[in-house]
Amino acid sequence: MIGLAPDAKPRLARGVRLHEDKARGGHVLLGPERVLQANGTAVEVLKLCDGERSFDMIVDELANRFATERARIASDAEAMLRDLAAKRIVEL
Amino acid sequence: MSIAPPLGLLAELTHRCPLACPYCSNPLDLERRSGELDTATWIRVFEEAAALGVLQLHLSGGEPAARADLVELTRGAARAGLYTNLITSGIGLDGARLEALAGAGLDHVQLSVQHVRAEEADLIAGFAGAHARKRGVARELVELGLPLTINAVIHRANIAAVDELVREAVDLGARRIEVAHSQYYGWALKNRAALLPSAAQVAETRATVERLSAELLGAIVIDYVAPDYFARFPKPCMNGWGRRSMNVTPSGRVLPCHAAETIPGLTFWSVRERPLAAIWRESPAFNAFRGSEWMREPCRSCPRKEIDFGGCRCQAFAITGDPRNADPACAYAPAHGSMDAAVAAAQASAGAFAYRRYTRSGERVPAAAAES
Repeated sequence: MIGLAPDAKPRLARGVRLHEDKARGGHVLLGPERVLQANGTAVEVLKLCDGERSFDMIVDELANRFATERARIASDAEAMLRDLAAKRIVEL
Repeated sequence: MSIAPPLGLLAELTHRCPLACPYCSNPLDLERRSGELDTATWIRVFEEAAALGVLQLHLSGGEPAARADLVELTRGAARAGLYTNLITSGIGLDGARLEALAGAGLDHVQLSVQHVRAEEADLIAGFAGAHARKRGVARELVELGLPLTINAVIHRANIAAVDELVREAVDLGARRIEVAHSQYYGWALKNRAALLPSAAQVAETRATVERLSAELLGAIVIDYVAPDYFARFPKPCMNGWGRRSMNVTPSGRVLPCHAAETIPGLTFWSVRERPLAAIWRESPAFNAFRGSEWMREPCRSCPRKEIDFGGCRCQAFAITGDPRNADPACAYAPAHGSMDAAVAAAQASAGAFAYRRYTRSGERVPAAAAES
């Protein structure tokens, strides 16, 4: 199983782009033979996955911005990033 | 009727290709260099595609590296904001050219392989030395950090090597492999008797892919394309005619799928004469099988008609002689038995290849035998 340490610095894998879809609205993740719709929360998480911020910092920033319970954001973000990592879309 | 914009565009930059794979889905009547679109026209098409809503561009062929302007075309596509995917045999790409492509903004490369053993791979490709050169290209790509997908088209001459093909892809550093059973269009349809595996081989392949997907989770993504000759329901071909994607031929004709020109009576518009958006929305060929009005029974009243869209129009035409019929891959199609018959006939065939080649103008393609 892929671990997700607090100091992991997630980033989009090379060959994956978060793209603003002007024709249809919203954002999509573009990868090899993949177009994934990214919902509002996912977009906010992914925008912070720049390979520099740690997972802890990302969660802090989101908890602060959305005034939501930190533990909940951490568990949602971790589940999403683990799922995307298994698909080789995010690197942890 | 409001028509949603397309997501993908497949640009057949050229039909020229150094390889001669018998499973190629290009048409038998290959287009020539003299008719190909020039650089500026292709880049205009890419810009129009992005404006229309296309997200992903597949630079394909033939062998796209046969175009001297491939780097310039890639740069134009990337500037237009398209996700650029190069679909290549690897022949014609060296380290310097790959570096230039990466610098031009290429997002991803899909490299074809034929087999894990050189002798067998080169026999399938009809090109001596192809196997070794592809491994060199894969290493260069990974070194440059370009994401790599290995594309393995599966047929009778390599179906026993699926496990090894997947493991080799991991060793090469690919993130993804397509284990894609041959689809029977163009040259592949001509070679169907030499390519179709048995039902038992297909069942074993499916089990192998399931086992490897679990074993190699996180190391490689395996995308499996099932062979519709063994299916109960047809594939949702192109995710529906004129719904998601479009295909531009080397000379600029815009098709709903790469085999659409095999269907008689359709009128295709060209990017030389019309903007892409107008072609997508109004061209007679795109509107011929959009939606479900064109359907006959058993499709018309079928609860799955919005799931698989009646399957593939080109296959319906190729096998039944009428593109409005249900795809014979469907168990409800009156012609379904012809799929089993083709599989049975193929198992009794010796399996000689008719290699993909240009023929002299106006000449029919001869039934060439394999060199072995």
